[in-house]
Amino acid sequence: MSAGILLQLAQTLLAILLAPLLMGWVNQCRAWLQGRSAPPITQPYRTLKKLFHKDAVIAHTATPLFRFAPYMIFACMALAAGLVPTLANDLPLSPAADVIALVGIFALARVFLALAAMDIGTAFGTLGARREMLVSFLAEPALLMVFFTASLISHSTELPVIVETLAHKEFVIYPSLAFAAVAFWMVSTAENARIPVDNPATHLELTMIHEAMILEYSARHLALIEWAVALKLFTYSALGIALFLPWGIAAQGDAGALSLAVAAMLLKLMLGGAFLAFIEAISAKLRLFRAPEYLGTAFLLAVLGMLIHFLLEV
Amino acid sequence: MTLSYHLQIVNLLASLLLLISFAMLSQRRIAGLITLFAWQGAALATSTALVAWSTQQPHLYYSAALTLALKVIAMPWYFYRIVKKLDVDRDVEPMINIPTTMLIGIALVIFAFNLALPISELSGTVMRSTLGIALACVLLAFLMMITRRKAIPQVIGFLAMENSLFFAATSATYGMPLVVELGVALDVMVGVFVLSIFFFQIRETFDSLDLKHMEKLKER
Repeated sequence: MSAGILLQLAQTLLAILLAPLLMGWVNQCRAWLQGRSAPPITQPYRTLKKLFHKDAVIAHTATPLFRFAPYMIFACMALAAGLVPTLANDLPLSPAADVIALVGIFALARVFLALAAMDIGTAFGTLGARREMLVSFLAEPALLMVFFTASLISHSTELPVIVETLAHKEFVIYPSLAFAAVAFWMVSTAENARIPVDNPATHLELTMIHEAMILEYSARHLALIEWAVALKLFTYSALGIALFLPWGIAAQGDAGALSLAVAAMLLKLMLGGAFLAFIEAISAKLRLFRAPEYLGTAFLLAVLGMLIHFLLEV
Repeated sequence: MTLSYHLQIVNLLASLLLLISFAMLSQRRIAGLITLFAWQGAALATSTALVAWSTQQPHLYYSAALTLALKVIAMPWYFYRIVKKLDVDRDVEPMINIPTTMLIGIALVIFAFNLALPISELSGTVMRSTLGIALACVLLAFLMMITRRKAIPQVIGFLAMENSLFFAATSATYGMPLVVELGVALDVMVGVFVLSIFFFQIRETFDSLDLKHMEKLKER
């Protein structure tokens, strides 16, 4: 049991520490693909360090909620990162929440971010919060549908059981999961404010979604939010890996497989990050009013996955 | 459910066919539509060849090769050429907006799956469960023909329907006799040529490939 708790702590800490590295890797790949000279892969760490050393500037109209929100968002993401099996399966924390509760944790963070954005009362913050809510209320049902497809296959909404069924039982091709994987990819680009729904590198306020919400933040608050964003990307990647490419995650109580699990995770994250950068390099940001169509497609694919499951796999 | 691996791959390809059908429904550009049509043909040819291999039905190899030659290489190439010549590769606005079309599509898929369930019980082939997907693809191709105004997307819809019927035949009875298949392939090819002549005629008469202009031809 104590070994399990130790492993749980190690996994969560590893996620928190590696998240900026993943962000740096994606930025590096994207810079290469765009023919720019890339920033070093450790750039996100340097940005975080710089931000933590600055003095925070807070608007006069800010309520305590504004100060509290970054801690809340970061805590939500850290909890989510602890719940998703990245290295080992069935850790002590995982029975605390199933996939539906996980979606709830993401929603909690989002609510705080949107509230904090509206708290100051600037036009851009409110605009960003509204857009974020528009995107996320469409993305959430699609994400739930993806999870339901995986749950139907493994007869459980618990992540460890899903991973156990997919990774450590006899290998079966599930066509429904192919649909779910595409839908998951679309949802996670929307949820993580990446192209084609939002552009993380934009400096134009009128097109911002996520960036518009955090315009008023500075110093340690901004650092925490940036870190939480990186952690969210990491958690979504880990979730995608756990659902669709779970091979390599160590089974319960299998300490010998851990070193392999670390190598597999790093390899998969590297490939996934490079793929994300590639997709971002070849596609353009959608008009905001096309975003519902994009997310509607994601929802539809997830529903199709479920239908296919009933037709082919029962 | 423990199917052998090649049948699992056939199931995966069947799902891919359905996915491509939906992608065609949502595609706004004609060039993208043609590419998707070629991909659909490729998925069809692969699945047919796999079925041929796993069930030892040599005549299915010929139909796979026929599909590959006609629907993956010849027809898309020909369509690309027509599109270039007619210079029509702009956004096509469908009659119903795309999210609504997709929702209708989902309803059609549920309908088709339900309809095919008792039929596939009767069939004795190993891949009978994909019959529902084939039927759904037929209905989706129908939907595409109904919701598009321009001539070329309608013809591609027609060809996609032929693709799905072919897939339905493969999944229900291991394909039609080779003579029938050859006949159908020839028909489709001739149909495409005739229709492409129509494209030029339609454009010459109305300066557009929008079929709503053809309503002017009615007698009053």
